[in-house]
Amino acid sequence: MIKTDVLIIGAGPVGLFVVQQLGLIGLKAEVVDNLNKIGGQCIELYPDKPIYDIPAVPECTGESLTKNLSEQIEPFKTNFHLNERVQEISKEKNNWKIVTSKDKIFISPNIIIAGGVGSFEPRKFSIKEAEKFENNGVYYSVKDKNYFKNKKICIFGGGDSALDWAIELSKFAEVILVHRRNEFRGAGHSAEIARKLEKEGKLKIKTPFQINSIEGSDKINAITIKNENGKIEKIATDCLLGFFGLIMKLGPIVEWGINLEKKHIPVNTENFQTNKEGIFAIGDICTYPGKLKLILSGFHEGALAARACFKLARPNEKYKFEFTTTSKSMHERLGVKDK
Amino acid sequence: MPKITYIEHNGKSHVVEVPNGLSIMEGAVQNNIAGIDADCGGSCACATCHIYVDDKWFNKLPKKEDAEEDMLDMAFEPNKFSRLGCQITVTDELNGMVVKMPLKQA
Repeated sequence: MIKTDVLIIGAGPVGLFVVQQLGLIGLKAEVVDNLNKIGGQCIELYPDKPIYDIPAVPECTGESLTKNLSEQIEPFKTNFHLNERVQEISKEKNNWKIVTSKDKIFISPNIIIAGGVGSFEPRKFSIKEAEKFENNGVYYSVKDKNYFKNKKICIFGGGDSALDWAIELSKFAEVILVHRRNEFRGAGHSAEIARKLEKEGKLKIKTPFQINSIEGSDKINAITIKNENGKIEKIATDCLLGFFGLIMKLGPIVEWGINLEKKHIPVNTENFQTNKEGIFAIGDICTYPGKLKLILSGFHEGALAARACFKLARPNEKYKFEFTTTSKSMHERLGVKDK
Repeated sequence: MPKITYIEHNGKSHVVEVPNGLSIMEGAVQNNIAGIDADCGGSCACATCHIYVDDKWFNKLPKKEDAEEDMLDMAFEPNKFSRLGCQITVTDELNGMVVKMPLKQA
């Protein structure tokens, strides 16, 4: 069981910055995120795309923004619980009890939801049969590549994951790469290698095709694929790997009794509290009149939510507004010497 | 103001006026039309504003950029008339355009 002042859900830019705002006023935070790394959408959706509207940063990328935020919160030595999702929350006296997907328990008077549009999950095959075979022939990631040894595998997708796994698994399995168009979007180099392996007869590539059906009763025997003109081909296969990127799902948040408005959490703009005392929502996931889904808005929302957390985490202390330019206690927390 | 027809997957049709300069996605979201999620808010990063453009209109649209085509790889059941609503800007030339939504966005 971990006791903390604030539990933050989401390690995107807004979740990271609020660690700093909390740290400055002397509050300790723990951060939980479903991804395997910090940065949220910035890292997962657009690590290389330039961003031009971070105050005082003329241009940066999702990756550099994450790196700088991570540097900015370094003094606060924060624990990140990655690859983990908050599953349940319940009220215990003046605290919230938070349980994660790895059964970790946190006790905290405050929860800040900085969850973007939800947690990232793999996009799945569009046909219904795929659900029936999920984890029994239909996979969306490779946990142990040895499992695929000497199997017949159909890999779907046109990005780096699809190409890289097609190349890797073709070394010891019979791989067919299927993609909905003739061009691959993965890094140019991987596409070249895949085409070369195709020429050498080590890898088959089927384009432009999409999945049409899966055949088999308790295990997969074959699939059919279809192109734009309705041409259908049957392929004998043992398993399917789908790499269609990630999608954001709100997940367990919908079950916590927090008011929702079309996948967003309404908050009051005084302290970004939800309808539940001690639960705050900031960044893309919150909504209020005039809300802008900008990173800079999320930073502001975090600054105000952090002050509201102080009241619940330190009920017997008085919060005093201070500036980082002059505050001795903030300098101590930042680990900088007074000049 | 250009009129755009949005047809949900169940056939429910919505004809709305969308001001020039807004995207097809924004036209749907601002009019509370179901079937377009727009999770990323219009930055061509999520493929949840996927639509099928009526074939009579498809070729009148400016061509897709690579980034849009890349995102369509991840969309739910894309076909040759697939576009992302956030990447189509409404102009007078699109007055009367019809778009259909997929069964779901993901």
